[in-house]
Amino acid sequence: METVSLTINGEKIVTEKGKKVLWAALENGIFIPHLCAIEENPSPFGSCRLCFIEIEGKKEPVTSCTEEVTDGMVVNTRTESVLRLVRMGFELIMSRHPIICKECPANKKCALQDISREMGFKLKPKRLPQILPDLPVDDSHSLFTYNPNLCVLCGLCVYICNEIVKEAILDFNFRGFITKVGTFQNRPLAKAKCNSCLKCVAACPVGALSRK
Amino acid sequence: MMERTVSERFEELKKNALKDFPGMDEKKGITIYVGTATCGRSASSLEVLSSFEGILKTLNIEARIIKVGCHGHCYAEPMAVVSKPGWPPIMYGYLTPNRAQILIRRFFNEEDPALEWALGAMEENDMVPTVYETPRWYRERRWLLKNCGCIDPEDINHYIAVGGYEGLTYAIKMEPRGIIEEIEAAGLRGLGGAGFDTWKKWDICRDAPEFPKYLICNADEGDPGAFMDRTILESDPHSIIEGMIIAGYTIGAESGYIYVRKEYPQAVSVLTTAVCQARELGLLGKNILDSKISFDIKINQGAGAFVCGEETALIASIEGRRGMPNPRPPYPANRGLWGKPTLINNVKTLASIPKILVYGAEKVSSVGMKGCMGTAVFALAGKIKNAGLVEIPFGTTLREIIFDIGGGVPSRIKVSNVAGELPKTIKKQFKAVQIGGPSGGCLPESLLDTPVCFDTIVDTGAIMGSGGMVVMDEDNCAVETARYFLEFTQKESCGKCTFCRIGTKHMLNILTDITRGAGIMEDLDMLEELAETIKKGSLCNLGKTAPNPILTTLCYFKEEYEAHILDKRCPSLECKDLIAYYILPEKCRRACDACVGSCPTEAIYTRRDRLKAIEQEKCVKCASCMDACPAQYDAVIKISPISQLPESEPRDDDGKKK
Repeated sequence: METVSLTINGEKIVTEKGKKVLWAALENGIFIPHLCAIEENPSPFGSCRLCFIEIEGKKEPVTSCTEEVTDGMVVNTRTESVLRLVRMGFELIMSRHPIICKECPANKKCALQDISREMGFKLKPKRLPQILPDLPVDDSHSLFTYNPNLCVLCGLCVYICNEIVKEAILDFNFRGFITKVGTFQNRPLAKAKCNSCLKCVAACPVGALSRK
Repeated sequence: MMERTVSERFEELKKNALKDFPGMDEKKGITIYVGTATCGRSASSLEVLSSFEGILKTLNIEARIIKVGCHGHCYAEPMAVVSKPGWPPIMYGYLTPNRAQILIRRFFNEEDPALEWALGAMEENDMVPTVYETPRWYRERRWLLKNCGCIDPEDINHYIAVGGYEGLTYAIKMEPRGIIEEIEAAGLRGLGGAGFDTWKKWDICRDAPEFPKYLICNADEGDPGAFMDRTILESDPHSIIEGMIIAGYTIGAESGYIYVRKEYPQAVSVLTTAVCQARELGLLGKNILDSKISFDIKINQGAGAFVCGEETALIASIEGRRGMPNPRPPYPANRGLWGKPTLINNVKTLASIPKILVYGAEKVSSVGMKGCMGTAVFALAGKIKNAGLVEIPFGTTLREIIFDIGGGVPSRIKVSNVAGELPKTIKKQFKAVQIGGPSGGCLPESLLDTPVCFDTIVDTGAIMGSGGMVVMDEDNCAVETARYFLEFTQKESCGKCTFCRIGTKHMLNILTDITRGAGIMEDLDMLEELAETIKKGSLCNLGKTAPNPILTTLCYFKEEYEAHILDKRCPSLECKDLIAYYILPEKCRRACDACVGSCPTEAIYTRRDRLKAIEQEKCVKCASCMDACPAQYDAVIKISPISQLPESEPRDDDGKKK
């Protein structure tokens, strides 16, 4: 295995060549907030915009899920400009996410709670009003429930359904703020010929897809 | 050996073409060129066309009518050029079916060319002043638009006859490396808006080791107020095809796509014809002009998503996936369509290629300014007299484009209802120009002396973008303008990344609040913070540039934001929630009921003194009464803030209906 060594937050790290910085950091116990990344995906999705880092020599923060490690790279995950972006990104996500943790099926195993804890961000957005959707919950499937109101549109379920399971049941619907994950023509899941592999449910970082 | 056959084949094609279309200068018979691009059609040029046909038949005049594209003078549509032996070709504007008949009668029966309708002659002569002497033309340098409006876009022979596909024959004789060097010397930059060096993109794609390679022409022009790509597609499609063949040969691609938006049906139909004709003549397909080069083009129609103009989203769309951008790098030049090296260029960039090879890099780079050589095409729209397309050398100032070429801001005309009284002209002041569509910025008068070039425009906070220029006058509110463009980008956001999907929604909500008088000063800080983080945090350029209208209006028109928030006043009297209509009693005339009849909600009543007044609760602020009030009274005004509205006068009947 070819290796490269780099520094993250002052810590020297040796990792596999070709790896993305995000995974190198996580493997070494350095937390970088992220929702949409899958290590196996050769072309990172890059939608959640939370995994920003600063690399010495680059003017602006970049996303660590898309940045490959290079020898001698110096990475910082908590600079002021990084935190400014991550804080705003998180607040934006939380401004569209109901904070009902106690009733939520993902309580205590929720990626948003993890980020809040690790980064010291409040779950409730401080600077922005909440704009909460009121979409119908799809309870039609016998094994799992889909609550689009809790969805953060990370796209993990869409990737898994299309690229791993190759069922292509789930995809994005609509455009703009009202974009949501759904089935073709927004039919109920029970009518979508889903093979019930439940891999999407396992992948969901929040409580949008949950087992019954 | 090969060189000779290519030239020979081409000479043969050209000889045939010249037989069919000798060009505008050759005046053997009577020829009438009628502009029938989308702008002409919407101004009823097809009716004018059939009117020409009818009258020529009636008078038994043998003439050839050619359907040409658009000259870019959309303000004067429908337009036609009449070429008659003994006269220079004369261009006419503002035609109607009736005028077309009168024109032919006068010109052919009385030898009177009806010069009051003429815009000018198309060539030097001693009878009729030429169009090139008018300010609209003489500052222009028409290279890209050279053929637009002069040839039939649906006849390949016209294009060949005026020198088309000659650049291709030069290119075939050149080494790909040589072509890239020529383009580098010409200083061509991506005319789709980003201004990336074209030669670099080509070079990267050429050097990419993988095969097959693909070429895509980005014709998904979606900015509100931009229509230069459409005009080139509809008026001179072969220049794009020729540019694509040359680009394909240079980078080593054998198949190309034209990604054109479905909302341009005329462009799609013209392109389809053009591609078929080029194939028939052996200019597309295997062994082009008997050379070793093979290249073919497929036309792909976009399904109406603005974001598909972004190159990675465009590729996703062609591949049959949802049009969503992907992180770059990898850049398409390395890994694009179907994972293969792909060159994506805008319509104008590709259409420039043949011209560079024909004119030579030296000539092309002799105009323009340092770093931006050649010409740029702008679409003038909004509150401007001569709306349409202009092609100017880089370095021309905004003031020259808007005032000298565009004719400045038009005055409003109010008609009097007294017989014989002249209409009243209300002069309007220039306020701002939005450059680069919804991703661009709103620039005030003080920046009008900025020379137009990719870098100088970016310094002002706007972007060159596709080249749309929307001119605004004093009646346009800066906050409302920002809100309008943001509404567009929010709707067109693909919804993939957090900053663009949710961030622009928050910005839109704040702006909507401000235009409704519900804003607070802290909103401005939040807007700025959101704008800056969205700019840095978004995945693609749609999000990265979406805050530009806000940032520029906040920078140049901050006092307007403050007026909305602090005084609940819209200085431009545009934001409906902050204005009220009022009838000035000292100007209103008792006997006139013009406003009463115009009001759709019956909000206007008669006061005890028989003057008219508006019942504010019923008023929907449609401005009908303002338009209806005759010029000699001009009694209806807009008041902002609403708190300044004088107390309402009692009704004639004390509120009771008669």
